[in-house]
Amino acid sequence: MNGIHDMGGMHGFGPIVREADEPVFHHEWEGKALALARIALAGGLFNLDEFRHVMERMPPVQYLSISYYERWLEGAIALLAEKGVISADEFTARLTALAEAGS
Amino acid sequence: MTADAHGDADVALRVRALESLLLEKGLVESPAIDEIIDLFENRLGPQNGARVVARAWSDPEFKARLLANATDAIVEMGYEAVQGEDMVVVENTPRVHNLVVCTLCSCFPWATLGLPPVWYKSAPYRSRAASDPRGVLLEFGTAVADEAEVRVWDSNAELRYMVLPERPAGTDAMGEDELLALVTRDSMIGVTRALAP
Repeated sequence: MNGIHDMGGMHGFGPIVREADEPVFHHEWEGKALALARIALAGGLFNLDEFRHVMERMPPVQYLSISYYERWLEGAIALLAEKGVISADEFTARLTALAEAGS
Repeated sequence: MTADAHGDADVALRVRALESLLLEKGLVESPAIDEIIDLFENRLGPQNGARVVARAWSDPEFKARLLANATDAIVEMGYEAVQGEDMVVVENTPRVHNLVVCTLCSCFPWATLGLPPVWYKSAPYRSRAASDPRGVLLEFGTAVADEAEVRVWDSNAELRYMVLPERPAGTDAMGEDELLALVTRDSMIGVTRALAP
């Protein structure tokens, strides 16, 4: 499928932006998102092809507007819901509870 | 899945929600999370690839093994594949300049270079590395002679590429430890050359 992820040869994305002395992770949550996805992969909650595919079938506007590790996070959340591991309602309820506890 | 872009605080909260549910269900354990973060922050990285390159520059028999079967030669150096992926090492020479990309996402030789920098995963690099490699190389300040061939290697989940940069001139007397300092991450992706001594 010719999806948004298949970027080879596309035009119009502008110059390559580099960062001097770039850290491995820019935010603590990035390392955690990577670790959670890797543990889910290692534990067989989903496989690598499924994980790539869930990111590749994101709506193109979302794919382009979120950061790399957000794609990992949102891909894992979506896949775990599809697999029946964590339902969308369960996730939303936990998110709400954490937000209320933190405010 | 929402189509909104989240702010960093919102994203951090979404990560916490996912983490707390996975912990509660016994599907992850906190030490494993810390272990993975430590692996990627501290143990994997271009310092490993630099050791491979410096040895290849210094040891012709190792270099021959590396170019013939990079997966095994890299394991021989003590760097295990993280996901069981195979490795191919391609050699830059005055006649051939190699460049590595992952047009589809972010595949990268984790065992030798760690996680890729943001620019490697970005749309500008992914879209143009294969269609205009000489233009991309110039953006990195790397001019390749017209008569030299540019080869672009598009990585995938099962097969990861690393460039063996040319050994810089004037380094004949240098040992492996001195050579290490000349080997940059970008030179092993192929966007730049190794540093001059």
